[in-house]
Amino acid sequence: MGTRNPVTWLGSPTFPEAARTALADTQLRRNLRNATTTIRGRRAQAVGELPDWERLRRAGEAIKDDVLHHLDRYLEQLEAAVTARGGVVHWARDAAEANDIVLRLCGDAREVVKVKSMATQEIGLNEALAAAGVHAVETDLAELIVQLGDDRPSHILVPAIHRNRSEIREIFRAAGLGPASDDPRVLAEAARAHLRRKFLSCEVAVSGANFAVADTGSVVVLESEGNGRMCLTLPRKLITVMGLEKVVPTWQDLEVFLQLLPRSSTAERMNPYTSTWTGVTPGDGPEEFHLVLLDNGRTATLADPVGRQALRCIRCSACLNVCPVYERTGGRSYGSVYPGPIGAILTPQLVDDPHDEQAASLPFASSLCGACFEVCPVRIDIPSVLTHLRARAVEAKGRSAESVAMAAAAWVFASASRYEKAQKLGSLARLFAHDGRISWLPGPGAAWTSSRDAPVPAREPFREWWRKNRG
Amino acid sequence: MEKVALFATCLTDTLYPATARATVRLLERLGLTVEFPLDQTCCGQMHFNTGYRDHAADLAVRFASMFSGYDAVVVPSGSCAGMVRHVQPDLGAAPPPTYELSEFLVDVLQVTDVGAYFPHRVTYHPTCHSLRMLGVGDKPLALLRQVRGLELVELPQADSCCGFGGTFAVKNADTSTAMLADKMRCVLDTGAEVLTAGDNSCLMHIGGGLSRLRTGVRPVHLAEVLASTEEEPWAPATR
Ligand code: SF4
Repeated sequence: MGTRNPVTWLGSPTFPEAARTALADTQLRRNLRNATTTIRGRRAQAVGELPDWERLRRAGEAIKDDVLHHLDRYLEQLEAAVTARGGVVHWARDAAEANDIVLRLCGDAREVVKVKSMATQEIGLNEALAAAGVHAVETDLAELIVQLGDDRPSHILVPAIHRNRSEIREIFRAAGLGPASDDPRVLAEAARAHLRRKFLSCEVAVSGANFAVADTGSVVVLESEGNGRMCLTLPRKLITVMGLEKVVPTWQDLEVFLQLLPRSSTAERMNPYTSTWTGVTPGDGPEEFHLVLLDNGRTATLADPVGRQALRCIRCSACLNVCPVYERTGGRSYGSVYPGPIGAILTPQLVDDPHDEQAASLPFASSLCGACFEVCPVRIDIPSVLTHLRARAVEAKGRSAESVAMAAAAWVFASASRYEKAQKLGSLARLFAHDGRISWLPGPGAAWTSSRDAPVPAREPFREWWRKNRG
Repeated sequence: MEKVALFATCLTDTLYPATARATVRLLERLGLTVEFPLDQTCCGQMHFNTGYRDHAADLAVRFASMFSGYDAVVVPSGSCAGMVRHVQPDLGAAPPPTYELSEFLVDVLQVTDVGAYFPHRVTYHPTCHSLRMLGVGDKPLALLRQVRGLELVELPQADSCCGFGGTFAVKNADTSTAMLADKMRCVLDTGAEVLTAGDNSCLMHIGGGLSRLRTGVRPVHLAEVLASTEEEPWAPATR
């Protein structure tokens, strides 16, 4: 056993407990509701424009499944292609290894600029660098807001989605960026001035990757603001940290994802900036290029025939934006770098410790409404993976009050006569009824009656009526 | 098709028998012979969704053998029909063709006008499993539009989950309640007297909230709306 996987945040409570705090935060709920409602509508429109959306989804699913099926082969191909074009490939088994590699590659640099990346968040790179005296500067606006606010991200695409303009102005003020108002343009300008200095002075840039093409060794990043492009071109050394599953076979496969991703994530027909780079080119761009291939729980996830589909994820965040649970509780309740529906299935698998209570609570943080599956551009059947992981969590827990009750219920359901006796017993709940409603129940029923009346069991179950009238 | 089996579901059998009686009445009115295998209990959904796969598999196999002789099984629940059709086969069971009520009426019997009369202002909540797992689409609405006397009002944000989710309502009671609150707000905004749906589980949840706040809005299962006629109009269950 190595060190703990930083994909979950140390000390985070289980989901139900974290959610309780979040639900009480009226500002958070308003910010989230506004943001998710808007993006939901826009995504539906952007997707509706394409007559072949379903076929694109199936194509995306098929390409990713092929990649996962032959991952070893594509990764070796990628490594050979990157090396042939003057890049250096590093393999990292876990977060600690990846952080060590990046730190070593930073050399004497005391400050690095960063392109927004989930992989580096997943391994806690900024914290690891800081511990070694290297300051990582986030250049994505939302990521910068989170960083300056000493905060945690709450969304894959818009880490500061839980903040509104006036909160952002306060964060910028406290950090000495001093915007004069909370006009979005003024806020963006303050960030721009701050970042420009960093772009021009940093020698090292760290990025993630949306895709990497196996046959040419090219790495691809999609972004909206153009800050990534600055990081990818100005510094002398470029380090890319990429999850193993981000590889695609050929350039032609990108065609599918370059349509699926922007419409699903920002509801745009195309994202404003798509940068690709292949090894090093003398006199153009970085002089050194390093690609860190990150496992960190991925091969273990790949071994699970049901769970592995989570590795198709292209981090578009569409599932977060439609999730009714995410909309109320926000991303931080998930206690992980990956929130929302994808977080609920990916995080426990990456953590790969069924006794970790926080991670084990995540697959239960869903009403299984299926909205996430409906929008997922690579057709990850999130509800099925959720119930699959629930079964794993239940198994790991062993005997509990719940498992005893469930076994008893199954025993009752296994025989009609036992079931009928239980129906009669259950009608004892009628004792709790007043004016045709039950407002309080003891034991586990109390969680129900905390906010809902319970139905009064019928005097005559249907089967009795059937016996009398039709039997 | 003349003979069908009714799967009442454990919830409806025990707590909402009026829905099962209405289903029988409706199907018989349409000329079918309905059978109710008395050995039936539960489809195993609660066990499956909570992570108790083995128990669910036992119940799935039991379900399939119980209904094996029938051409069609009709269920007044989108969620249990979804369990039977989409999950049970993965658990090693081979259930017979099973339909949620509105699917059966519109797809199999090919009727939308079932001769119903229900003089109330009604709004319809398309439950998640009916909507996404089964894809019933607007079949229930097509049926409701033909009901005489019924004033159908559109539910805002209809396709967002009510927050029930089986044991989710208890395990994540606070989040479930927050979702319920939003759903109730939408229901109240319609000014409807009656909230209908194809699932008593969701109606139990939303109805429980509406009752707690004494809103006066009644949850009534789709089967009961469709079974109601001028000669024998719907009346609240006396329990
Ligand atoms: S699971 Fe699907 S919808 Fe969610 S972020 Fe990943 S690709 Fe997007």
